[in-house]
Order: sequence, then C-alpha cells, then structure tokens
Amino acid sequence: MKTILTGLNRTIYSLVLLLAVIVLNFILVHIAPGDAVTAMIGDMGGATPELIAKLRADYGLDRSLFTQLYTHIWKMMHGDLGTSFTHRVPVRDLILDHLPATILLVTTAFFLAIIIGTVLGIIAAQKPKSFVNHVVTVLSLSGFSAPIFWTGLMLLIAFAYLLPIFPAFGMSTPGFQGTTLEVMFDVLKHLVLPAVTLASVYIAVYSRLARASMLDVLGSDYIRTARSKGLSRRIVVYKHALKNGILPVVTMAGLQFSQLIAGAVVVETVYGWPGIGQLAFNAILRRDHPLLLGILFFSTLMVVIANLITDFSYRILDPRIK
Amino acid sequence: MNNRQELNPMVRPDRPVVELWLMFFANKAAVLGLVLWLLVVFTAVFGLTIYTGDPFEMVGAPMTPPGAEFLLGTDYLGRDVLTGIIHGASITLAIGFSATICTVIIGVVIGVLAGYYGRWVDNLLMRVTEFFQVLPPMLFVMVLISLFTPSIYLIVLAIAVVSWTGMARLTRAEFLKIKELEYVTAERAMGARNASIMAKVILPNALPPLIVAVALNVGTAILFEAALSFLGLGDPNAYSWGYMIGSSREYIWDSWWTITFPGFAIFLTVLGVSLIGDGLNDALNPKLREL
Repeated sequence: MKTILTGLNRTIYSLVLLLAVIVLNFILVHIAPGDAVTAMIGDMGGATPELIAKLRADYGLDRSLFTQLYTHIWKMMHGDLGTSFTHRVPVRDLILDHLPATILLVTTAFFLAIIIGTVLGIIAAQKPKSFVNHVVTVLSLSGFSAPIFWTGLMLLIAFAYLLPIFPAFGMSTPGFQGTTLEVMFDVLKHLVLPAVTLASVYIAVYSRLARASMLDVLGSDYIRTARSKGLSRRIVVYKHALKNGILPVVTMAGLQFSQLIAGAVVVETVYGWPGIGQLAFNAILRRDHPLLLGILFFSTLMVVIANLITDFSYRILDPRIK
Repeated sequence: MNNRQELNPMVRPDRPVVELWLMFFANKAAVLGLVLWLLVVFTAVFGLTIYTGDPFEMVGAPMTPPGAEFLLGTDYLGRDVLTGIIHGASITLAIGFSATICTVIIGVVIGVLAGYYGRWVDNLLMRVTEFFQVLPPMLFVMVLISLFTPSIYLIVLAIAVVSWTGMARLTRAEFLKIKELEYVTAERAMGARNASIMAKVILPNALPPLIVAVALNVGTAILFEAALSFLGLGDPNAYSWGYMIGSSREYIWDSWWTITFPGFAIFLTVLGVSLIGDGLNDALNPKLREL
C-alpha cells in the first residue's frame, strides 16, 4: 500500500514538472523577440496590416497573456503541440515519426554503458594495483574528456573508411529489401557506431563509479563473512557484492538520462540518424520554434518517464527503501 | 594534526596551502594535467605573437596535407589549421572560464540559500533545481539560442543555465552538514549576522569539494561550447575548435587532419582539467584517496 502511495506521489510530482516545462516554453516564446505571426510573415515575404491582425486573431495572439497560457496548456494536455512552420504538419506527428529511432539509439547506448561500465568497474575493483585497473582509469578519463562528436567522427574514419566494416550514415541502407530479419540486421549494423559513440562517455563515468562503489562494498564486513564461509570469490563478487555495488550506477544512470538524450542530439547529427535530435537540429536551422519547443517538451517527458522507471527499479534493487 | 606532523616531517600542517600543494605535486597524473593546462594557457596568451596569422585567411591550397609547408595542413578553404588551433585556444579558455564563473555564481547562491535557511526556502529552491535537471541540456540551449540572437554572451549564459544544478546540490549538501557544527552555533551565539556566517564561517569550510567541482565544470563547459560550435550554433565570429571541426566535417574523407587535430586539442585541454580536478580531489580529501 505504501509503495503504491509513493508511486502515486512520484507520478503526480512528475506531472507537475511537465506542467512547469509547458509554462517555461510559453514564457520563453513570449520573452523572445517577435512572435509566431512575425515569423510567418517573414516566411511569406511581408503582409498587409489587416492580414497581420487577422493572423494574430486566428492564433489567439490578441488575447490576454493569461488566456493564451491557459489555451496553451489546454492544447498541450490534449496532445496538440502546434504546427511546424517548415513541414506544415502537426508537430506531434513529426515527433512521433522520429521518436522510435531516438529511443532505439538512447536505450541501446544506455544499456551498453551500464553493462560495459559495471563489468570494467568490477574487474578493476578486484585488483586495485593491476594493469586492468590502470586501463580502466585511463579509459574513463579519456571517455569523459573527448568531445562526443569527435569520438563519433574518429570512429567513422576508423570503421567506416579505413576499415569499412560499418555504414557511415543513416539508419538503414537506402532501397534495402529483404526479410524482417535481414532488415533488422541492417538497422543493427547502422546502430553500432552511433550507440558506441553515445555510450563511450557514460562507460567512462559508470566504470569509475562502479569501481569506487565495488571497492567500498568489497571491503565491508558481510563480504568478509561470505568469503570466510568458504563461498567462491566469483559467487561473492557477482551475487553478494554486485547487488549493492550497482546501486550508485543505477541512480547515476537515471539522473543522467537527460544528458544522454542531449548527447543523442549531437550523435544523431554526426551519423545522420533520423531521430528527434536530427529533427531538432533542422528545426533550429530554420527557426521552427513550435517544432523545437515540442521536441523539448517530448524529450523532457522521456526524461521524466525514465526517472520514474529508475525510481522503481531502485526500489526493487534496494529493499531498504520500502 | 600533531600525529600527521610526526608521520611526515615534510608537511607543515600549520600551512594547509603548502600541504595541499605538496600532495598535489606528488601526484604524477595531476602534474601532467597542470602541464597540459599551462601549455594551453601559454598558447592562448603568446601563441599568436609567435605564430602570427588570421585564422579566417586563406593562405594556401585547399586541403594541403600536414607537412613542411603547413605543419598541420590546411582546410577545404585553404585556411591554416595550426593558426586556427592557436586562435581557438584563447576562445576556448575564455568561454570555459566565463561560463564556469556564471555557473558557480548561480549554483553557489542557490545552494547556500537552500542549505542555510532550510525549510520552505530549501524546498522551493530544490524543486527549481530538479526542474532544471529534467531539461535535456543540449536541447534547452538549442531552444535558447534559436529564440534569441546567438552571441558569445548568450552562449556563456546558456551553458551556465544548464550547468548550475550540480553545483547548487553540492553547496547545499555541504551547508546542511556544516551549519549544524558547533563552531557555527558558537558564531551565532556571539551575535554574528546570517550573511556573515554564510560567507565567512561556512563557505570557507565548504570549499574543498566545491573547488574540485569547479575544475570539472571548466571541462564540461569547454565540451559544451565545442558541441555547440560544431553544430554551427556558436558565435559565427569566434574561430573555435568546435567550429573548425564542424565546418570541415563534410570533407572528413578527404582531409582527416582538419577534424583530428582540433578535436585532439579539445581532448587534451579537457583531459588536463580533469586530471587537475582528480589531483585536487585527492589532495583535498586524503581519506578518499583509496577509492
């Protein structure tokens, strides 16, 4: 019962956060110089004062700010994110078209980072003075220090040009025909480089974190007890220690989900991955504000959902929180 | 304190700054970081007086590979890559430092107020912090830049707006911990004002973890600026490393050097500041060194 109540509480809080994002979007658009109509007129190459007044009335820009905010929230709640200036289609449809690609990229990178990061961290923690430990330290520092787009471009030069193993651009081979399995394999081939690039930064962060946390756990009393009971090192490390050692990684990963999405924006432009990052990049070049704000809202929604999931998985991993 | 003096006669505990430096310089990685940084600062300050030139100027044949004529080659317009890298150093440092200063100001002020006053002030400020944490940084900055005119000031401010939350949480945590300590209560009993307790009593004691965070923040700010310039959203008049990579990326198959070298410059600069941060962390929190 208590779990359900906390869950409900968290969900309501998340909804309030989303509402705040909607209000922020609204405020930003109103502080910024010019409004939607000015932008449209700019696109059309000028208009008569009557037409401007009519457009303002059509878009409700002549009403009070409070009414406009209210209408804005009302529309957003009904899934109406406005119409893109450049594509002339509803922003929601555009985003929904591009969302699956981003979700595929981000979740793959997310799990790659957690799994590889944790494994490296565990290996390094078991032998603090070993060569592996130094490799993990150097790797984690480099991963953190290299600009993500540069890592991407370097991987492109290495694995799409010098050693042409992976395709350089897009999510699938243009005009590719085949069975479902072949199509999936084709997408997978395109996914490798972007996912590894996006994960590289976080592999660095999590391996460091997992190493520190595992060192901490491995030094604790209950681990010594388990070892002295005669359990094998492998069982103690992977069954007893890992469960506690991975907690900070899960927390951090959840907290950093927003940064992962932000990183995806850059990675998508490097690899021409057809996700919302690519969409956002094109929106900014053409000053398509409704589209850009819609993307900001949608990605915040993704972050909020990811945070909720992290919160719940944390509860499952750590029964003390109940 | 006396114990430590007996353990290590080199360290004079009555001079914590000396102790800090001794520990810092005993750390090889940290010294390497410092050397990298001195190199970048030197390049930024004196580079252009030694190796003169305008980075925007076309000086040679387009896409000349690195060699005797141009040490690091030229880009697709025939601009010298080395001049660009030297020029980019000062812009990178300028943006990295000013964005960090803004980040620290916002973060520390919010963290101090939340941690010191607690209750509803804390509650309110922490909700605001959480709100900024769910906004994906790059997208939020893109929105800001697209709504307002891009300039170096807007970029610095935008980086600060998306980076201050970590600093605020850290400052708050330190203040929550320190404000309960006896010397703070004593100070208060002697009638010290809130502002004076915050600034003169608690803040100096909260500095060690903050200094480390500041060092790491310089690195993140540099990476952020690089990514923005790479996407073509930076100040169009600033010849930064990110811009160099972004403008040449279409020629990646024909001139790898125009992408590899500026990226390597960013990498080394951020690596340097990360190593310094790590070294400071070890020197300031000796207990954590085993981790």
